[in-house]
Amino acid sequence: MKTSLYILIAFVLGLLFGQTALSPGFLINGEPAKYTLYVLMLLVGISIGADHRSLNLIREQGFRLMVLPLVTIVGTFAAIIPVSALLTDVSTGESLAVGAGFGYYSLSGIIITRIHSETLGIIALLANVIREIITLVFAPVMVVWFGKLAPITAAGATSMDTTLPVITAASGREFSVIALAHGIILTIIVPVLVTTILMFFV
Amino acid sequence: MSAGILIGYLIRSNGRLIRLADRMVIITILVLLFFMGFTIGRDPLIMGSLPQLGLTALILSVAGVTGSMLLALLVWKLYFRKNR
Repeated sequence: MKTSLYILIAFVLGLLFGQTALSPGFLINGEPAKYTLYVLMLLVGISIGADHRSLNLIREQGFRLMVLPLVTIVGTFAAIIPVSALLTDVSTGESLAVGAGFGYYSLSGIIITRIHSETLGIIALLANVIREIITLVFAPVMVVWFGKLAPITAAGATSMDTTLPVITAASGREFSVIALAHGIILTIIVPVLVTTILMFFV
Repeated sequence: MSAGILIGYLIRSNGRLIRLADRMVIITILVLLFFMGFTIGRDPLIMGSLPQLGLTALILSVAGVTGSMLLALLVWKLYFRKNR
């Protein structure tokens, strides 16, 4: 929660700073942001590789763990494709790239801004923040209407950290391992899937 | 990212290095979002269309969440409940 707040503050500070006249020229061409993104991808890789939870989970559970992340991916895309036809400002491919953030707003927003456009990047940032907020607020209702797996799939990649407490509260303690695994797998998939969609379907 | 996963795997037993990497992830994300805010703040065109972009974002996330929950309900009814 605290990290989310810092992220919001950093973004708003950037917004305000960008509107002032004293914006230094070297920031404008996007070069520093590009190299910072490479550093980030390396660091994200390091944390995934160093996380023994992910290795142990995959070793113990194997293929069964892939079922729920797959449900999240297929379900999200299956709903976004028809809905995107109604939207005039984004294409279906662009909508899928936004959806492929699965709540991981910082990374998906940054990647989409860098390799596609600022406009789609901000949509991705907002859409994925909203996904996290929806889960945080509605997790108890989701369990009643859509079953105990619902808050986990709704949470997307965030089911491993920020939304994990509300998921275990709504679905029960026994779902925490499933939620954790689901979040870890989607966190690994997000950068790969967002990039792939932008390269081949936009 | 693959290089990172390999490095991470190699240093997995070094708790201090891992914590450092995790903290660096958050710091770089903060820096990048600052850059993102910065570029958007400089662009009056994007600033003006923020409400429209927000609406598109809301529609896409509600669609995504609903779609995955419907499929999750199906899987829950077909598979999980039977095994319990």
